[in-house]
Amino acid sequence: MAPTTPTKPMTFAYAPAPESRSVVDIAPSYGLFINGEFTEAADGKVFKTISPSSEEVLSEVAQATAEDVDRAVKSARKAFESWSALPGSERAKYLFRIARVIQERSRELAVLESLDNGKPIRESRDADLPLVAAHFFYYAGWADKLAHAGYGPDPRPLGVAGQVIPWNFPLLMLAWKIAPALAAGNTVVLKPAETTPLSALFFADICRQAGLPKGVVNIITGDGATGAELVGHPGIDKVAFTGSTEVGKAIARTVAGTSKKVTLELGGKAANIVFDDAPIDQAVEGIVNGIFFNQGHVCCAGSRLLVQESVQDELLDALKRRMRTLRVGDPLDKNTDVGAINSAEQLARIRTLAEAGEAEGAERWAPDCELPGSGFWFAPTLFTGVTQAHRIAREEIFGPVLSVLTFRTPEEAVAKANNTPYGLSAGIWTEKGSRILWMASRLRAGVVWSNTFNKFDPTSPFGGYKESGYGREGGRHGLEAYLDV
Amino acid sequence: MSDRSERLSVLKTYKLFVGGKFPRSESGRVYEVTDAKDRWLANAPQASRKDARDAVVAARKAFGGWSGATAYNRGQILYRVAEMLEGRREQFVREVADAEGLSKSKAGAQVDAAVDRWVWYAGWSDKVAQIAGSANPVAGPYFNLSSPEPTGVVAVLAPQDSSFLGLVSVIAPAIVTGNTTVVVGSEDRPLPALSLGEVLATSDLPGGVVNVLSGRTAEIAAPLASHQDVNAFDLTGAAPELAAELEAAAAENLKRVVRPQAVDWTADPGTRRMLSFLETKTVWHPMGV
Repeated sequence: MAPTTPTKPMTFAYAPAPESRSVVDIAPSYGLFINGEFTEAADGKVFKTISPSSEEVLSEVAQATAEDVDRAVKSARKAFESWSALPGSERAKYLFRIARVIQERSRELAVLESLDNGKPIRESRDADLPLVAAHFFYYAGWADKLAHAGYGPDPRPLGVAGQVIPWNFPLLMLAWKIAPALAAGNTVVLKPAETTPLSALFFADICRQAGLPKGVVNIITGDGATGAELVGHPGIDKVAFTGSTEVGKAIARTVAGTSKKVTLELGGKAANIVFDDAPIDQAVEGIVNGIFFNQGHVCCAGSRLLVQESVQDELLDALKRRMRTLRVGDPLDKNTDVGAINSAEQLARIRTLAEAGEAEGAERWAPDCELPGSGFWFAPTLFTGVTQAHRIAREEIFGPVLSVLTFRTPEEAVAKANNTPYGLSAGIWTEKGSRILWMASRLRAGVVWSNTFNKFDPTSPFGGYKESGYGREGGRHGLEAYLDV
Repeated sequence: MSDRSERLSVLKTYKLFVGGKFPRSESGRVYEVTDAKDRWLANAPQASRKDARDAVVAARKAFGGWSGATAYNRGQILYRVAEMLEGRREQFVREVADAEGLSKSKAGAQVDAAVDRWVWYAGWSDKVAQIAGSANPVAGPYFNLSSPEPTGVVAVLAPQDSSFLGLVSVIAPAIVTGNTTVVVGSEDRPLPALSLGEVLATSDLPGGVVNVLSGRTAEIAAPLASHQDVNAFDLTGAAPELAAELEAAAAENLKRVVRPQAVDWTADPGTRRMLSFLETKTVWHPMGV
């Protein structure tokens, strides 16, 4: 072997590449969007929404009261009569219009989403917004084809849908809720999350531009109490919720004994399973995408890495190498991979669970990375030596924290993967096709990504088994949630 | 010629059907079952909370094998149930007539319809995935397929009125897709349900796929509703107030719930009940060389 010549290490630095904020004009305050108009809350109360990357106040929004919820539901009820009576082909055209306006304004909305949510602009621009537009475009086409959807010759809408969405994909979750509801002929009252209300309020303006009849879409802002008012309102026919399993269970209790139809998209603790024959580099990309996409604020995040013992060292070396290259910081910088944690509250929860991981004996590792001084940040983190009993292997962290467990046989991988009350998603990495199908058929999860992870599409049904909720969003299956079948 | 008294018939002790076996209630309790005219028919087992939990264990144990069986196999077994039932038609006509106060001909129509229902659902086993699944044209180089899978262990409160046709109409759609069940028969009319256990036991149906309990609906339903290893609950046989309580308890582990509603058991059942106890699994794989 020839002696190696020591060379001076080269440092590649990224110059800042910020996306311009000037494409978004955020008003100092927003009211509730009810019956086609912005109005103040009945008691005039407001709350602030901040940018989690800087803690800068972006705007003030109204805190809806029970009276406001009632007003919104009545507005939706009134609009239901004419909206549901419209020919499907007319409803379709409204939805196509909305899809087009979203495409036209996607740059503005992407910047807005990154500001209010903290997610990297690369993701809001390349994942969230294209999927939002695609979702409206997809369901638009169903509006006049419902008789062919497999739910009978003349499926009817349910009425007024009360929809409560989370903060991790604010506009995308809005699209998942509103597009199928409207296509099927329902009207909606939607409550965005307390920490990310802005894109839903901008969506109200999109409804205006599309000429959507007033009252078909109503947006009310507020906290959990507002959501509970909406879910419990006797005037709604349908509850659609995406969020935590805990709140999902409370909703299921609330609607017990009523005739309200419910769909719930809740938490997850997905296993991402890597076999010894997997292409390691591809698997590493999938693992990184699986847990660090959107700061791990993803219900289907691959938060449990199950790696076959024989390739554990090789895989973890490659994974750590890759994690060292992740750029954490300004969400509006086009080179940023991992943005801000959405709120101080969520950051505290992630910290608590990470500390529990250490306290219970797992080994914590994170790359050296400088975190900004203001805002809410958490470095991409890896735990090894995790057992199935550890909290970090059982509880949804909803942050950039990966728990690594090992297995020897496919049977063991299945048993460990299924050893959770959740059942939203799973990942399989192997070159052996028959093993993929064998594994896929045994994993109790609603979405199985094989040799890929965190892929979404409006045509592809999404939703969980067990305590990850019930009902599906996306595809033909997603219509069922909004039809009287 | 001497008068010969009529032969004294041999009565049957009705028992529960759990895990393919016929136990009495572990509680040792029975309750009196009468016909529509209040005449004594039998002492039926009055199942306890423990019986309910044992039945869930049996159903869970059977789930892997039954859900993993081929659809063709499940279809043949459901068809076999129809064959076995046809052969015991007279017994069920008598039991349904007694239970529901029907004439022999009306009871016969119920039993015939029940046999035909098994045949109808038998045919669904290898078709339901084709109507409930989908190939999804995602915008990218991926193979993407959605298929239905059974939810797991389904607790079923059979209808209180229709002791046999209604019973069959709630069991068959749950098991044809691979679920396993704990079924609580009609409280006042449990005998056709208990006798169905005897048919199922001789139809190649693996033990534990259908478990049949009799007793007080509210007493047995409560532990099923709160049981963490039950995945779905068909509340058909629950009165409104009880149904609301059970649905709230079922929320604890997010059971899939079918609420009670008025059903014409003689009508075309459609696919709703089958689809209520299915999960949709979507599998992605990249395409490439």
